[in-house]
Amino acid sequence: MLETSNASARIVQIAFLAIAAGAWYAVTTTGNISPLLLPPMDRVWSALNTLLARGQFWPPILITLTTIAQAYAIAIVTGVLVAYLVTRSRFLTEVFEPVIAGVFSIPITLFFPVFILFFGIGPASKVAYGATYGFFPIALNTIAGLSAVDERFLRSARSMGASSFDTFRHVLFPAAFPVILTGLRVGFFISFASVLGGETLSSAVGVGRNIALAAELMEPARLYAWIVFVILTAIVLNTIVSQIENRRRDY
Amino acid sequence: MTTLSNDKPTAISIRNVSQRYGEAGSSGAVVALQDISLDIRQGEFLCLLGPSGCGKSTLLNIVGGLFSATEGQVKVGDKIVKGPLPADISFVFQESTLYPWYTIRENFDVAFKFQRVPRNEWKERTASALQAVGMSSFIDHFPNQLSVGMRQRVNLARGIALKTDIILMDEPFAALDEQTRMVLGEDLSELLAATKKTIVFVTHSLAEAVFLSDRIVVMTARPGRIKTIVEVNEPHPRSPDFMLQPRFSELRNELYALLRDEIRQAIATTGGSVRPSGD
Ligand SMILES: Nc1ncnc2c1ncn2[C@@H]1O[C@H](COP(=O)(O)OP(=O)(O)OP(=O)(O)O)[C@@H](O)[C@H]1O
Ligand SMILES: [Mg+2]
Repeated sequence: MLETSNASARIVQIAFLAIAAGAWYAVTTTGNISPLLLPPMDRVWSALNTLLARGQFWPPILITLTTIAQAYAIAIVTGVLVAYLVTRSRFLTEVFEPVIAGVFSIPITLFFPVFILFFGIGPASKVAYGATYGFFPIALNTIAGLSAVDERFLRSARSMGASSFDTFRHVLFPAAFPVILTGLRVGFFISFASVLGGETLSSAVGVGRNIALAAELMEPARLYAWIVFVILTAIVLNTIVSQIENRRRDY
Repeated sequence: MTTLSNDKPTAISIRNVSQRYGEAGSSGAVVALQDISLDIRQGEFLCLLGPSGCGKSTLLNIVGGLFSATEGQVKVGDKIVKGPLPADISFVFQESTLYPWYTIRENFDVAFKFQRVPRNEWKERTASALQAVGMSSFIDHFPNQLSVGMRQRVNLARGIALKTDIILMDEPFAALDEQTRMVLGEDLSELLAATKKTIVFVTHSLAEAVFLSDRIVVMTARPGRIKTIVEVNEPHPRSPDFMLQPRFSELRNELYALLRDEIRQAIATTGGSVRPSGD
């Protein structure tokens, strides 16, 4: 049952991609759209090959991935830690959960120039920006997960003399894990998008910078080649995350 | 065979314990327990019986140091109870508190870790406790792969494996069907006769109370007070034959007579509403 629905989902997904590619091909060959806005597929393809052949992807992608990794790591540590502290009492949760949710509803992009002022146009500002944005979904989901942990489990741990650390490690965290995982996943893609977006807006290096540069230099083929590359990277990362998710024990 | 004599030392002494929930005088204030004093002897099986909401779980949690009483004091041996005493007291709660994310073996291991049992004893303790409840072959299963009854047996085994002198049990068999309860009750009687533990047991089943207890504390409707204490003079382990003796039904009827009025009163004051239990 599941097998067949998976298979038909795949077919629909592939069909969708084929239609998108077909539409791209159609609009670019019939000349209905300026090649400056959307260049033909073959030109993007050759630009992609050129970039790959010259090894031009690797230095910026390395910088960008390092930036994302740092931003995400900070978002996880601070998000989980803040959520843990906030959920230590119902009062703290009632005070801080709405505050964190409220701040998250402000477009933090507005503060991007502030990050540049504080941390400069190097990767540090993107790390801070990506970490800040990624912090919110992780903290909010972890708060939700930790506050929903069944009181019975905590009481029995306490009766057996569990230390706070052991209670977190063996009871709170595993109990909240499915919900925390959603936060980690959303947080990852927000950090990813924020770093790239930040690089596009203002940066000296990185993938986002190269995309912005290609646009400024009116080189659409190169621009789309970079975007295709980012999409491929995102697909690979998404696959890795799903693998990790599927590998967890079901309970 | 163990028989209980009145000169056994006191394991738990409860002195003038009262418990109030909510601010005194406020509309939501509930007096759950009023001035409870009771000595529980070493090696005794003591049952708490009373209408729903009379404060049995509250009393058990206070004795185990999970809540602190509004007034009064509890001593275990010569220690005043101020918090959990994992070295002296273990709990078996109504619903299984096995962690669903761990296998049975891991559940035992983590309990030993919490309680700081030396690591080299873990394996042996787990094996013998599971053996005692006939669940050895399920050691690598997850709790959700077991039936409710099996889970509760394992839960009981974990309480026993912690090897504390005192075990507090809050309706441990409530979720089970009557036959399973009876069988587990027999097993428990045998297990405990062999280990001489002090047990405080909350139940709503009169038969279970008579079958297992040395003494039965009958409580009044809220605010919970001790109405009377019924003695069951019958050595452990008890065989199912005990249930067929006239004395068994006499005691059972006596308890029912004592409880009837309290239960009527509890229904009258709460409108018969029953809180979801498991507290
Ligand atoms: N955390 C709490 N806050 C407020 N009131 C409470 C709380 N816990 C228990 N109570 C109240 O205290 C009274 C005693 O509760 P308790 O759970 O001890 O009763 P019980 O005898 O164990 O009942 P049952 O047989 O249904 O399990 C009840 O009236 C209940 O409403
Ligand atoms: Mg109760």
